[in-house]
Amino acid sequence: MRIDGKGLIDRSKKLRFQFDEIGYSAFEGDTVASALLAAGQRLMGRSFKYHRPRGVLTAGSEEPNALLTVGHGAAQEPNVRATTQEVYDGLRVRSQNAWPSLKTDVMAVNDLAWPFLGAGFYYKTFMWPRAFWERLYEPVIRRAAGLGGLSGEHNPDTYEKAYAFCDLLVIGAGPAGLMAALTAGRAGADVFLLDEDSRMGGRLNAETYIVDGMPGSDWATEAVAELRSMENVRLMTRTTLVGAYDHGTYAALERVSSHRRVPAEGAALETFWRIVAKRAILAAGALERPIAFENNDRPGIMTAGAVRAYLNRWGVSPGQRVAVFGNNDDAHRTATDLIEAGVEVAALIDSRPDAELKGHAFPTYSGGLVTGSTGRLGLKRIAVKSDGITEELEVDCLAMSGGWNPTVHVTCHMNGRPTWREDIASFVPTPGSVPGLEVAGACKGDFSTAACLAAGAAAAKSALKELGLKVPRGAVPDAEDSPYRLSPLWAVPGKGRAWLDFQNDVTVKDIKQAATENFRSVEHMKRYTTQGMATDQGKNSNVAALALLADATGRGIPETGTTTFRPPFTPVALAAFGAGAQGEGFAPRRLTTSHATSVTMDAPMIEAGLWYRPSYFPKPGETHWRQSCDREVGYVRNAVGICDVSTLGKIDIQGLGAAALLDMVYTNTFSTLKVGRVRYGLMLREDGYVMDDGTTARLGEQHYVMTTTTAAAGSVMRHLEFVHQVLRPDLDVRFTSVTEQWAQFAVAGPKSREVLNDLLDDRIDNESWPFMACGPVGVAGVQGRLFRISFSGEHAYEVAVPARYGESLFKLLLARAEALGGGAYGMEALNVLRIEKGHITHAEIHGRTTAFDIGFARMVSAKKDCIGQAMAAREGLVEPDRERLVGLKPVGAVKELTAGAHLFARDAAATRENDQGYVTSVGFSPTLGHFIALGFVKRGPERMGETLRLVDHLRGIETEVEICSPGFVDPEGERTRG
Amino acid sequence: MVELSAKSPCAGLLPMTIGGVSVAEVDLGRLTSIAPYKGRATEAAEDFKAAHGLAYPAANRATGKDGSRALWFGRDMVLLAGPSCDDRLAQNAALTDQSDAWASVTVTGERAEEVLARLVPIDLRAAHFKRGHTARTLIMHMNGSITRVGADSFLILVFRAMAGTLVHDLKQAMEAVAARG
Repeated sequence: MRIDGKGLIDRSKKLRFQFDEIGYSAFEGDTVASALLAAGQRLMGRSFKYHRPRGVLTAGSEEPNALLTVGHGAAQEPNVRATTQEVYDGLRVRSQNAWPSLKTDVMAVNDLAWPFLGAGFYYKTFMWPRAFWERLYEPVIRRAAGLGGLSGEHNPDTYEKAYAFCDLLVIGAGPAGLMAALTAGRAGADVFLLDEDSRMGGRLNAETYIVDGMPGSDWATEAVAELRSMENVRLMTRTTLVGAYDHGTYAALERVSSHRRVPAEGAALETFWRIVAKRAILAAGALERPIAFENNDRPGIMTAGAVRAYLNRWGVSPGQRVAVFGNNDDAHRTATDLIEAGVEVAALIDSRPDAELKGHAFPTYSGGLVTGSTGRLGLKRIAVKSDGITEELEVDCLAMSGGWNPTVHVTCHMNGRPTWREDIASFVPTPGSVPGLEVAGACKGDFSTAACLAAGAAAAKSALKELGLKVPRGAVPDAEDSPYRLSPLWAVPGKGRAWLDFQNDVTVKDIKQAATENFRSVEHMKRYTTQGMATDQGKNSNVAALALLADATGRGIPETGTTTFRPPFTPVALAAFGAGAQGEGFAPRRLTTSHATSVTMDAPMIEAGLWYRPSYFPKPGETHWRQSCDREVGYVRNAVGICDVSTLGKIDIQGLGAAALLDMVYTNTFSTLKVGRVRYGLMLREDGYVMDDGTTARLGEQHYVMTTTTAAAGSVMRHLEFVHQVLRPDLDVRFTSVTEQWAQFAVAGPKSREVLNDLLDDRIDNESWPFMACGPVGVAGVQGRLFRISFSGEHAYEVAVPARYGESLFKLLLARAEALGGGAYGMEALNVLRIEKGHITHAEIHGRTTAFDIGFARMVSAKKDCIGQAMAAREGLVEPDRERLVGLKPVGAVKELTAGAHLFARDAAATRENDQGYVTSVGFSPTLGHFIALGFVKRGPERMGETLRLVDHLRGIETEVEICSPGFVDPEGERTRG
Repeated sequence: MVELSAKSPCAGLLPMTIGGVSVAEVDLGRLTSIAPYKGRATEAAEDFKAAHGLAYPAANRATGKDGSRALWFGRDMVLLAGPSCDDRLAQNAALTDQSDAWASVTVTGERAEEVLARLVPIDLRAAHFKRGHTARTLIMHMNGSITRVGADSFLILVFRAMAGTLVHDLKQAMEAVAARG
């Protein structure tokens, strides 16, 4: 019910929203929780396991019960806390985990079966048959127990990530945080102040404290206004600090649009911030803990601090007749605040026999306990036991307080452990847990407003000192400084279920059960009972649960310890972590200079690393890629084909030590290569397996250009850096990538020279430019490079020009090739051409093959050492029984061969034990008129002519193949020399 | 006689202006990477100063005078932008033509820093990354070079082939900043 004259909401701005398709009204500044409570709607969700009716327990981000789904369709957002979702006009939220409705949820049948469903039930019950766990039990359990779900559709929301840097990061804008920010801001430090709430002020907005002679919330408003006027201070509301990491790095999640009906054009839903701060002050406050008693989970039972927050911040009384139950003085404020606001207080029950409860205008019970409650869909009555007598009180709201837990979480993110403080029966942060971070205020166990303000100022001053800034003098405003007195009360003794972890439906009994079954370590207890899991991560229950575990195991709380708090502090959508990486943002697109032209030719693109390369160039009338591919192979074999090969890695290597470096990284020798010549090279990893291959050209005495395969360009560059920086720093050599500088095209086929001579400034012939020659050339007046190399096995060249001319050269080459009966060829044709020739790619040098396996043992020069040579000589890497490279052709009528198929002896079963090898590359050879393949077979080269059984278990293909030499076309290489 | 026509990396993609921030392609002239040989950094720097009249930049610094700019470009490397690199430098350093390897753009506007804070993981605040400061770092997922060239202006270089992605990423960040009003 709404209380006139109270709250920090704007009553002039009325909003409408829907909860489970029913309309409600709210005011600007309301959360869904405050608006629903104002309307008397206490039931807001169903619990995880037993589907028990639940209402809000808290008024903050630690809320375990009131989880809602916001929005509909693809963009629906599950597990949004009603306590943090701000109401906007037209907002639609739904309850979760209930069917057919929140009020009548059939899965609540679980609640009747509770005696069977305690801790460890799943582990004990679903033991066998073993296979049933994944197939049956788990899916069924997951369906019954659960939080909200995603739509299963593509997420249309955008998320953003951003980096920020500051001198001082202040986490939390309560009294301590505001005072810290004011102190540091006035001193001129670059300050970030962030708070997860939409309104800064923290508990000052939820309490009736007087600060500096004015209401606390007014003081907070003035402080914020002053901070806003400072250019060196950045205020971030709706921003939750979710993690602390190395080197002063913090992660924070900002809700940018979730409080808006229509986000601004281009605006993100949330922003994931990475903040690097020289110093940080954690002023995250404290979280109030509930008290466990029988049926303490009824809608209407909530923490005392939450009741005050709803009353003072939102002008809402969560009930008409409220009782207060606590073990500390702080709880008493709830009763007095309610009375002042005109709300009926049924009773103040304090568990401490010596509690000072005199002078109140409502019934009080010192040494009293609430032992139970009734009201299935909403609290109706509580049972109060005092002086041995139990009486029932009619109430619709119970405010409970078991004391406050400092919000230590962030201080544990780098493996820090909190320290137990007996006087406040709470864990507090251990100093130095996060380097550069100081803790101030309630977060450290200083609970009075005056103490918080003083601690904030002190923390800021010490940070300023460390930052080398002038420390200002200045008084801290006067404020309430009442002592925090409490006597621990974790659970009220009783028979029924007393809830500890509301989100996971864990009771006091479950904890005791875990201890009985010897899950005595707090980490084991957590896994066994599920206490402390899911979206609230045990914020409301951890300390009570471990106190009870300590009790059950006869140990103290400090030696029992806590479970580990890990980031994130509150849930973060994966989309926020990966912000910007949806769709085109996933990875950079590397486009060749011929890309646009290829696209206009309708070429489908395939990805090679980050590059996009044309797969084939379809012509009118062609209905299948194979037709295009066969035609393009024909261009190269019979006329001339043009292919963009710019994507291959190109590394410029210069210096006196260039030749020595190449001799070191390649198995064969490059110091003997003549200037103006190209040589094929093979590179091994340190472990002796093949790393990459390619050609390297010698452009000058001390100048080489190495080419790598497209996909391995980066790793080869890294390898060269490693070899130079770590293994051979003595070598005077410099290298840099020139992959992007040059647009390079293969011109391949019997008519290749004819095409080139039409474009080169000086004509070439076989004598001036023999096979494996290279050098500078003028290409239509532009300084370029020409290499006579061939991947297709034909008379071929690669011509390179500075990339700005790439598109233009591609078009000129195409026009000339087409005039001679040729044209462009894509990756499919390129692949067929190289298989016909027996040339390898990374399909063959896939990381598990050696030079010996691919038939290149002779390329490992014995005259010098090279990376990988010693390890390649290991017995296992040269044994004759290894699978070695062969060609494969179908036996009999033309049959399909598939890459990935395995090979077996003709009469052997196609099982792992009989495996003789596998197929790595296949293609239909239009030149030969049948499929051809490359593969690896045990002792392959010794088994030429043998017929094997090819079985592709995945695709269900079986055929017979004959082992042959991998060179299918022109094995002598005559065409290349053309 | 046939002729090859040149195309710039960002042709057809730029300029663009969103929320007061503008991105434009710049022609930096010739680009040459200069990598001094082992033990000859001092000589190479002297050659550089003598030939081009500007200081050889230290790590994370850029130097320049009208029409010429030198950017520190990573370990043992400087990128000269503008004139063709003097051949004399080849005695003490490996010179490599990179004129066509990089897409270069400027990002200019009062909120340019805010836009780049969404893409670049280093501290670009004016007090820390001043005019004449440069870095090799990430621009979203791309390896690149970033230099402050004015109070509200940055020069960014990424691989030429990634020009489209650079424009895509900048556009998204500019829209997000503009949307915050």
